[in-house]
Amino acid sequence: MDLFALTAHQIMELIASGATSPVEVAAAVRARISAVNDRTNAFIRTYQESPVGASPMPIPIGIKDNICVKGRLVTCASRILKDFCPPYDAAVIEKIRAVGGVILGSLNMDEFAFGSSSETSAYGIVRNPWDLERVPGGSSGGSAAAVAAGEAVWALGSDTGGSIRQPASFCGVVGLKPTYGRVSRYGLIAFGSSLDQIGPITKDVTDCARLLNIIAGFDRRDSTSVDLPVPDYALSLRRDVKGLRIGIPKEYFIAGIQPEVQAAVMAAVAFFRKEGAIIKDISLPHTEYAVATYYIAATAEASSNLARFDGVEFGLRAVPEKSRKAGIVDMYEETRARGFGDEAKRRIMLGTYVLSAGYYDAYYLRALKARTLIKNDLDKAFVDCDIILSPTAPTTAFRIGEKASDPLAMYLSDIFTIPANLAGVPALSLPCGFDSAGLPIGLQLMAAPFAEEKIFSTAFAYEQAHGWHTKRARLDL
Amino acid sequence: MDFETVIGLEVHLQLNTATKIFCACRNDFGLPANTCVCPVCLGLPGTLPVLNRMVLRSGMKVGLALNCTINTFVKFDRKNYYYPDLPKGYQISQFDFPIAKKGFLDFITGGQEKRIGITRAHMEEDAGKLIHDDAVNATLVDYNRTGTPLIEIVSEPELRSAQEAYDYLSALKLTLQYLNVSDCDMEKGSLRCDANVSIRPKGEEKLGTRTELKNMNSFSAVKRAIEHEAERQARLVFSGGSVVQQTLLWNEEKSVTVPMRSKEQAHDYRYFPEPDLVPFTLTEAAIAAVRGELPELPFVRLRRMVAQYGIMDYDAIILVSDRAFADFFEAAALTGVDVKSLVNWMNGPLMKELKERRCRVTDLKLKPLDLAALVRRVNDGTISNLAAKDILADIVDSGKDVDLVIREQGLAQVSDEDELGKIVDDILKEHPQVVEQIRSGKANAAGFLVGQAMKRMQGKANPKILNEFIQRRVMHV
Repeated sequence: MDLFALTAHQIMELIASGATSPVEVAAAVRARISAVNDRTNAFIRTYQESPVGASPMPIPIGIKDNICVKGRLVTCASRILKDFCPPYDAAVIEKIRAVGGVILGSLNMDEFAFGSSSETSAYGIVRNPWDLERVPGGSSGGSAAAVAAGEAVWALGSDTGGSIRQPASFCGVVGLKPTYGRVSRYGLIAFGSSLDQIGPITKDVTDCARLLNIIAGFDRRDSTSVDLPVPDYALSLRRDVKGLRIGIPKEYFIAGIQPEVQAAVMAAVAFFRKEGAIIKDISLPHTEYAVATYYIAATAEASSNLARFDGVEFGLRAVPEKSRKAGIVDMYEETRARGFGDEAKRRIMLGTYVLSAGYYDAYYLRALKARTLIKNDLDKAFVDCDIILSPTAPTTAFRIGEKASDPLAMYLSDIFTIPANLAGVPALSLPCGFDSAGLPIGLQLMAAPFAEEKIFSTAFAYEQAHGWHTKRARLDL
Repeated sequence: MDFETVIGLEVHLQLNTATKIFCACRNDFGLPANTCVCPVCLGLPGTLPVLNRMVLRSGMKVGLALNCTINTFVKFDRKNYYYPDLPKGYQISQFDFPIAKKGFLDFITGGQEKRIGITRAHMEEDAGKLIHDDAVNATLVDYNRTGTPLIEIVSEPELRSAQEAYDYLSALKLTLQYLNVSDCDMEKGSLRCDANVSIRPKGEEKLGTRTELKNMNSFSAVKRAIEHEAERQARLVFSGGSVVQQTLLWNEEKSVTVPMRSKEQAHDYRYFPEPDLVPFTLTEAAIAAVRGELPELPFVRLRRMVAQYGIMDYDAIILVSDRAFADFFEAAALTGVDVKSLVNWMNGPLMKELKERRCRVTDLKLKPLDLAALVRRVNDGTISNLAAKDILADIVDSGKDVDLVIREQGLAQVSDEDELGKIVDDILKEHPQVVEQIRSGKANAAGFLVGQAMKRMQGKANPKILNEFIQRRVMHV
């Protein structure tokens, strides 16, 4: 058995029995990175950290390149941050370190998490381990690809509009966007502050629950984190779904959805019905506004969050060869022109536009109102449902370059994942089969705020009955 | 045509809280550049603000002291603009829900009471400081000031002259000093003031086009700048021109206003809700608690002291001009000493000692009981006025007991007739011709003898008793 292919809980059992050691595990995973990373390009850079003595969870972990690790380069896969070394650890990194986690390195992503394909990175595109001609999804494409390829036992990603779940779906792994406020954002380089959450990307639901237990909890440094006790999520890994009320939103089964995706998801619905769950057809009537709402709210916040990358204090500083304007303005313009990629520029411009005098009411304010309506839809649905079930994405992984020149088509790939961010509710993607090309299909489970336990028990029941999670990408062939 | 000047003032107040508004850095002045900073106030990527509750308390105090309504919905917004002293590229401020709104300030101007409306007061963070270094021909940034808590207090355009503006500022400063929320030191920059100035024909309701004056470094500079600007606008209108809305910088040396470059004025700040700080609601109880902490405010105190002690407006204004000074007076008055004498000693000799030492009354060793004792010793004839002033000069620094000093230095006036008799008899013998003059009706000639006797007694004689004594001896011997 290859150590790199195991889950964290399997590895912990082997360590407990003396069959292996944290050092061996780290070495096996590093060897795997050396063997396959030039094919996936999942890691941007790696570190040689050694496991610390007897620690509770000495599991090698990959970190998305937008989460600050003290003294390490953190770049958001952007040229503008190419030399940035934060002098502090993100809250989640402190927690990982506290249990002895071994940080493998920084994982590739769409620049500043702007994208759904991991094609906008300044460090090159990430490839899907199941088919190297296809994208791994995005923006946490490096995280999902690394876990799927055995380059990391588990990984952290961030999710603003589906950036954990959609790549998890494309790469056949498990990814959770926790409830907004469940995990501290301190040290996560912000994209859309009111939407961002850090979450686990793992090989199975058990690992997902365990990793969430490590990173969740109130943090006074993040005013948006919520001071609620963190349950032991491992206790929710039961297979009992009898009486569970599962809502199937009709707006999520639309024209344009890949038939094999729809079939796999409907098969999952049939499974839950058979197991005694109560299946309800529900409506989330404002779903059609979710993508537009999201791209206004998220880009508005992003345009402001990215203003600090101006060449003054940190990151890239560039000045034009020929002075055009006042020195400082020259420097701002040249730095940002050279430092940001096209998608980042597109979103900064869009966000700046929707906040501008004369447009604010028509765009930003209306988006806030629509966001409330979308949240109300979900709040209402969760009165009668424990879980809302849907596909994670309308399709399986698309080809590299297929949507790169069509931003709108790209944005629509997040159509099912965005509402959870707008409403702040938890949502998980887990594998639910493969299409005819052998590409993984993802099943999304949403629940009410702080009802992660319901998601885990539902996902665990499905996973244990199907075993999709035991399939591994055959990169070696 | 007669013009009337219309002025509204914007005052920025740096709060004296122990730490900065959104991080735990000390809120301190005068430290070496960039030593009082942390990742949060430096705006490093991934950091988040957390509101300092003492800033909120100061904001509420200022609002309540200015008779404002407190907004129970506490919300912050981002004000977006690029400037090298602003590390995040936005300032966290309050836009549509300032902590306080719709209040007023009462004060005395031109011998009359005046009430000026307060539009709003809001909380925000200060920016850093730019320092041009000629040695390296570069502009350097000191971020120590970044994140210093500010309250901006905006008045209604109800001030009608430069003098009124000056008096309003003085009264506002005094109120803020009573609250102990700020140093209120314009030279140190802990209080800054911008003025909006327009003119209109007397009797006209509509406001004229205003200009905004910046860069005044003292209250008198504010006054001079407003006078200058009002005249400039009047000349402009008389000569057939019209006022252009713009921002002008006051040049103190040349006593002129200079327009800012137009580019620096064309700002669209793209305000939107700060997603990193969750809005919250203040309870009425919390507001009541802060209200309960307010001291008696200067204008109210002035009115009370005039009524209670029967003193003049003029004297009361001096007494309340410093909260500690008025406290000192009231503590001394409690001893039952004659209040009119006490006021004279406070506002005369004691004030002189304070000015010489450039200190506040609380910096002295002198206690209210000591001053009361001194005044009592003057009034009961134990010591002369002159001697009392010497004693005061001594005990302000030494804090010695008044009676002890009188004894130690032998300053008690000699009223003993035997002792006086001997000396007076000697004097009379030495100046027989003066004695004759007095006997022949030239009563003022006695002054000479009093002076001679006083000289021989080294000033320790009670002049009143001495005079009577001499008159008696001359007439009856």
